[in-house]
Amino acid sequence: MKQNKFSTLIVTVQNKPGVLYRISGLIRKRRFNIASLTVSATEDPDMSRFTIVVEGDKETVEKMAKQLYRIIEVIKVNEPEEDSIVARELGLIKVSTTKTGSKGEISLIADHFRAKVIQVTPEYMMLEITGNEEKIQGFYKNMKKYGVMEFVRTGRTALFK
Amino acid sequence: MKLTGAEILCESLLKEGVEVIFGYPGGAIMPVYDALTRYPKLRHILVRHEQGAIHAAEGYARSTGKPAVCLVTSGPGATNVVTGLADAILDSVPVVAISGQVHSHLIGGDAFQETDVVGITAMVTKHNYLIMKASEIAVSVKEAFHISGTGRPGPVVIDITKDAQFEKIEFNYPEKINLPGYNPTVKGNMHQIERAAEFINQSSKPYIFAGHGVLISHAEKELLELSEKAAIPVGTTLHGISCIKRDHPNYIGWLGMHGNLAPNKCVNKADVVIALGMRFDDRVTGRLNDYLPHATIIHVDIDPAELGKNVKVSVPIVGDVKEVLKSLLPLIKESKGRKEWFDMFKDYDKVEYEKVIRPEIYPRKGPLKMSEIVKKLSDITHGKSRIVADVGQHQMIACRYYEYKKHDSFVTSGGLGTMGFALPASIGVKVAKPNDEVWTIVGDGSFQMTMQEMATIAQENLDIKIMLLNNNFLGMVRQWQQLFFDKNYSSVSLKNPDFMKLSEGFGIPSEKVTERKDIEGAIKRARKHKGPYLIEFVVEKEQNIFPMIPQGASVDEIRIE
Repeated sequence: MKQNKFSTLIVTVQNKPGVLYRISGLIRKRRFNIASLTVSATEDPDMSRFTIVVEGDKETVEKMAKQLYRIIEVIKVNEPEEDSIVARELGLIKVSTTKTGSKGEISLIADHFRAKVIQVTPEYMMLEITGNEEKIQGFYKNMKKYGVMEFVRTGRTALFK
Repeated sequence: MKLTGAEILCESLLKEGVEVIFGYPGGAIMPVYDALTRYPKLRHILVRHEQGAIHAAEGYARSTGKPAVCLVTSGPGATNVVTGLADAILDSVPVVAISGQVHSHLIGGDAFQETDVVGITAMVTKHNYLIMKASEIAVSVKEAFHISGTGRPGPVVIDITKDAQFEKIEFNYPEKINLPGYNPTVKGNMHQIERAAEFINQSSKPYIFAGHGVLISHAEKELLELSEKAAIPVGTTLHGISCIKRDHPNYIGWLGMHGNLAPNKCVNKADVVIALGMRFDDRVTGRLNDYLPHATIIHVDIDPAELGKNVKVSVPIVGDVKEVLKSLLPLIKESKGRKEWFDMFKDYDKVEYEKVIRPEIYPRKGPLKMSEIVKKLSDITHGKSRIVADVGQHQMIACRYYEYKKHDSFVTSGGLGTMGFALPASIGVKVAKPNDEVWTIVGDGSFQMTMQEMATIAQENLDIKIMLLNNNFLGMVRQWQQLFFDKNYSSVSLKNPDFMKLSEGFGIPSEKVTERKDIEGAIKRARKHKGPYLIEFVVEKEQNIFPMIPQGASVDEIRIE
């Protein structure tokens, strides 16, 4: 079995106070190792959606799904196969532009990755990129040589195809 | 007519069939206490500490099978029930704990006696609520009772702000509940049940592990039918004790760390294990790597999260034990008996009887043994008393030497191992079953954790018999220090109060037994006395409980000395 395998859980919950606390508490209590967790509203105002990326194999994910179902507000836990979903995350990156000629190079790479320039100052450029984890990681690697001042990413959110 | 939130709470409890509340008043719950005087149908039992309230509620719930109520104030009142909530969630006990909370506009400001009750209790409850409007009280009570009492039972907390208790609105009790995320599976999957039947029918050494779920689902009859029809030995977990009569030939004993020799020794020889309403706790399994190497495991539990949690299961069946057994039974072939398999148990039984049991229950000389006292109680009460045991050596003795002949008659703290549980829990048991004989078996250490509840027993004049087994030690810890820490006794010796004077101070008659010849007479005097009675038995100081599976050892490495 491959080390550091990650799986995605899509959890539909009733939009009530305290659900995030219960879910994060469960993850801590049962010692699941998560890579990311995003929460958002859905098309139904009474429901919210958690997208949780957890480290572990199928068995771990199944155990986590069963534990999640013990939370009263949890309506549905999906454990989708990677090819059955479209998953995206958002990255924001602040790259130093003090080196001569770097602005142009960064813009070229950004174009290639379809990243958007959102702020330009004499010291840095801020860029926005969406895509899957590999794409964002790839972009980040390309930016490293210019000097990454700050880099944040949201964690994945997903929809079924 | 408009009612206050406090009155709505009382009305809602009545709608849920509540008759008794175990509680303790305080500032943030005063409107409810004020209302209670107008609801004489809600009997309130005033405990002496909130931990006592929740353990009493646990005892009540376990004796009635219905959610029991405890009522406390905010802050320390609520934090004092946390131990009981943790106890109830591990032992699947339906309790609805209602706490007062500070005024809603004060929440978050560190007000006097404010604690974040939903935050603190979230990890030890099945569900919890913070109520800040009177309009939310009725629906929360209805949901709380449903959640607490169905599926795998468990504790639910309702935290109600003081302003919500004062607020006046029209009272309407909801007809329906809307919990789209909560729908426990009761009937088992038929395909899995058929697979289970096939495995059972083909097995030569099947083995039933009967847990608390058998009692919770009232599946005693179905369990017996399965065991008798297919000739399957039945071992029970700690909480499964009393789901089958002690003298039934198919009952082969108690599983786990201080259980019987035969059931533990034979576990790993089984080819099919039928685990009913139990959770493969580490005290039952011993070292997991060596556990059940040859067995196909059929696991029935109403909580899907238990299936596959600790051991790999071949046939997982989510459902109520009784319902699943009802579907399974017609598919089971009648067996002509499995003499060889049963004989294997009998051989070990003989060893345990000669090496452990006989010397324990029939000692000729030396100090009193806890085992002989409990065995005597068992004989005198014909195994038909309700027994409430605390936590420690005396608890293991209560499991081993009381010969349970009445279904669901044993209450103890299993999962959490809460010292101080028994005395308050026995209050709940007696209030639930006033016509049944109730004995609480406590050690000198555990008794002193909640002995203030003697005052509650005296005030309510509850006919509870207290068997205090005093060895002037924290006996179980001492035993472990002897066996695993080179007899380095660290903080286990107790200089105890004079229990006779203490009992007298509470107004409860008592006597002290130091001689073997007085055991029987004392128990008989206690039974004859109408009302509470305490007997202190001064017992052997360094008695050890055997058999024992040392922690981390395999089940078949069980020791008898």
